[in-house]
Amino acid sequence: MGDLSEFPLKYRIFLKAYRWRRIDPVPWTPLKKPLKDCRLILVSSAGIVTSEQKPFDNSIRGGDPSIREIPSDVDVTTLIETHRSDAFDHTGIRLDPNLAFPADRLRELSAAEVIGSLNHRYLSIMGSITAPGRLIKRTIPQVAPKLGDDQVDIALLIPV
Amino acid sequence: MERRGISTVVIQLLRPATEKVRPPRALMVPFRHGYPLGAPNDPELQRAVLTAALNLLTDQGLKPPAIVEFREQKSDDRGQMTDVR
Repeated sequence: MGDLSEFPLKYRIFLKAYRWRRIDPVPWTPLKKPLKDCRLILVSSAGIVTSEQKPFDNSIRGGDPSIREIPSDVDVTTLIETHRSDAFDHTGIRLDPNLAFPADRLRELSAAEVIGSLNHRYLSIMGSITAPGRLIKRTIPQVAPKLGDDQVDIALLIPV
Repeated sequence: MERRGISTVVIQLLRPATEKVRPPRALMVPFRHGYPLGAPNDPELQRAVLTAALNLLTDQGLKPPAIVEFREQKSDDRGQMTDVR
């Protein structure tokens, strides 16, 4: 489970040769207050969009680097999963988007005061981006200041 | 995000990629790709995974890069962790 052996041969070969971007040095921001006082933002790379949003463009070579803001009070049953990869089984997420975009679970954890509050917007990007330069250099710098404005303390990142 | 003062934690499925990329805090989950929180319509398991991930943020013993395995429990203690750095 969670292993290269899950993938078809062409993906195993690709992933073995892929030059992953190494984070060095590893940045580290300790929490400044208890979890129950922190504001959380969810960032998913499941290619989730709302029914009103423009779908990700799967024709873009290297992957669509755009981003979608999804309200944290969204009804998860209305979300649409559009991840472009055919390397994994999409059945579970389409049955229950909480599997990769756990808006319901986070509301429960907030209600139980495990976490302080949920940011009003979550972020959705496309996964399997093989050319992440545009995402890193263009998209993220556009979004990052918003997180400061939102006074987010924690980012929970969920790939698929 | 960390450089902007936001603490991050990522749920990860592929150990070789995690070890190469080195995110600050990663919870390795024993699920197949497409199932990062375990199973659809299983709120208990999904909450257990999320709680384990959030707990990495408060674990004073971790140092970057922290890669911690999620181990599913079938008891009331569902969702324990083992530090495997």
